[in-house]
Amino acid sequence: MFEINATGAYYRDLNSQVREAVEKGEKEITLKGVNGQYYIGDGLRGNAQITIEGVPGNDLAAFMDGPTIRVKSNAQDNLCNTMNGGKVIIEGNAGDVLGYGMRGGKLHVRGDVGYRVGIHMKGLKKQAPTIVVGGTAGDFFGEYMAGGVLILLGLDEKETRPIVGDYLGTGMHGGAIYVRGEVDKNLCGAEVGVLETDEDDAKVLKEALADYCKDFGLKLEDIMKKPFKKLVPVSSRPYGNLYAY
Amino acid sequence: MNHNYQKDISGCGLTGLISKKRRRLSGDQIVKSLCLMNDRGNGLGAGYAAYGIYPEFKDFYAFHIMFDEPSIRWSVEEYLKANYHIEKVEEIPTFPVKAIQISPLLVRYFVRPLKERIVGEMQEEDFVVNSVMKVNSEIDGAYIFSSGKNMGAFKGVGNPADIAEFFRIEEYEGYIWTAHTRFPTNTPGWWGGAHPFTLLDWSIVHNGEISSYGINKRYLEMYGYKLTLLTDTEVAAYMLDLLIRRQGLDIPSACLVLAAPFWKNIDAKPPEEREFLTALRQTYGSALLNGPFSILFGHSNGLVGINDRIKLRPLVVAVKDDITYMASEESAIRAICPAPEKVWAPRAGEPTIVELDKEV
Repeated sequence: MFEINATGAYYRDLNSQVREAVEKGEKEITLKGVNGQYYIGDGLRGNAQITIEGVPGNDLAAFMDGPTIRVKSNAQDNLCNTMNGGKVIIEGNAGDVLGYGMRGGKLHVRGDVGYRVGIHMKGLKKQAPTIVVGGTAGDFFGEYMAGGVLILLGLDEKETRPIVGDYLGTGMHGGAIYVRGEVDKNLCGAEVGVLETDEDDAKVLKEALADYCKDFGLKLEDIMKKPFKKLVPVSSRPYGNLYAY
Repeated sequence: MNHNYQKDISGCGLTGLISKKRRRLSGDQIVKSLCLMNDRGNGLGAGYAAYGIYPEFKDFYAFHIMFDEPSIRWSVEEYLKANYHIEKVEEIPTFPVKAIQISPLLVRYFVRPLKERIVGEMQEEDFVVNSVMKVNSEIDGAYIFSSGKNMGAFKGVGNPADIAEFFRIEEYEGYIWTAHTRFPTNTPGWWGGAHPFTLLDWSIVHNGEISSYGINKRYLEMYGYKLTLLTDTEVAAYMLDLLIRRQGLDIPSACLVLAAPFWKNIDAKPPEEREFLTALRQTYGSALLNGPFSILFGHSNGLVGINDRIKLRPLVVAVKDDITYMASEESAIRAICPAPEKVWAPRAGEPTIVELDKEV
């Protein structure tokens, strides 16, 4: 294991140390004493396993393509922007605008997430980005979503806030959102249909959640006990007539 | 005016803390917190506000005034002498900093309005507000940028560390602190345009863009406020004075005016609440702040943090012992409080209101 002491390091210096280590072929890298350094793991390729101790700054894992990053605390905003491959695991909560334009790979968050998570996510054939959130999400979950899978679990039984905020899936035109529990249609964008899940959905969920459970030591059976709702766009061109008149 | 016109992409970072038990904390904490977010600004503005820093003059208004030219000082002092008892005058202590080559003359006055100058229904605070407006709009090159009691704002063009060193922020002790690093987008980066913006005990730091500035400005002008500092945030400071001090709204109601719920959410409320929220929106439509914002506002009894209605700017809150922290980034809090008891991101438009314990 290769260790980097990030205490007080400027983000540029820290990130060049990380890139250097990856280029040298280090497979397991631990960053200790991280606090607020931006852009960690950005554009990184390969299959290194990076563990972050402390709260990483904004734009973690942007454009990342391959490595796995595990954050042992909370994370901030803009994770996984345009990420192409690999995995990001957050043991705590994460902030706003996660997975913006994400086009591959996985983001697993154990706790709550903020606003605009999965905005503009896209996928095609083998490129299937997946975000799984264990807690609750704020407004605009899956806004303008074009592809991939968003799964929201609401696992905390004591949580008093609703599982998801307003404007759910607004502008959505591809992909699927799965919410564990009931979905209030009044919170959904106009182009979103709320469906019961079928056997194909169960397969998608089980595959994604088995991996999620492994990351956090959870039991798949427990999660699957409660039924999911599936949200998909019901109109292929919802704004086709917007400028027609 | 010492403007440096520039247009750039957006950022801004803010941080604040309050000790409910009125423990006076040295400025080094807030400086450390703000400096962690140095890259959110671009060196064209930083500032600090602190409450509880002038206990020996706590009954006097502390006017912090910037003068573009030293000679302007005399016309301002002439006005002050005619209207105020001046308890003490001194240059605001500064320290030479290499990165800050140009600065206005900075002087503070501890003053009390002369009784005979306050006539009719006028309150003492109205008199002070009028003085601030008069000096800022009529005396070219002079700006009263802080006018509260037992509090003060310190701000200028520079990055957070340089401005802190320049104003010797670490030497002050306060029970509420707010701080801001600026990335000016639509308006000039100049000394008066740095945050915090203050009026009486109100102080505001803001990340975002108030796109309703024109409407808000015209509304405030009807009540005698004069907008002179060329930055959208100025409206928020005066709006709080209008809504809370002059019109008597409580803080939660004032927050419902600034970040009013959408009509569809108002319509879904039970009748009594719906009626109240409808009345607020109808009465104070022109006081709504539109556009993305996260704001911290300090006042003599507490600290409030609030986001715009769809949360287009970040805000994180944490608690440890009797201190509540609020900042644009969690890491800025952890820089000075590594293990908070609780950390959360308030939802859009949901204010976090912290009040000081009553003085014993």
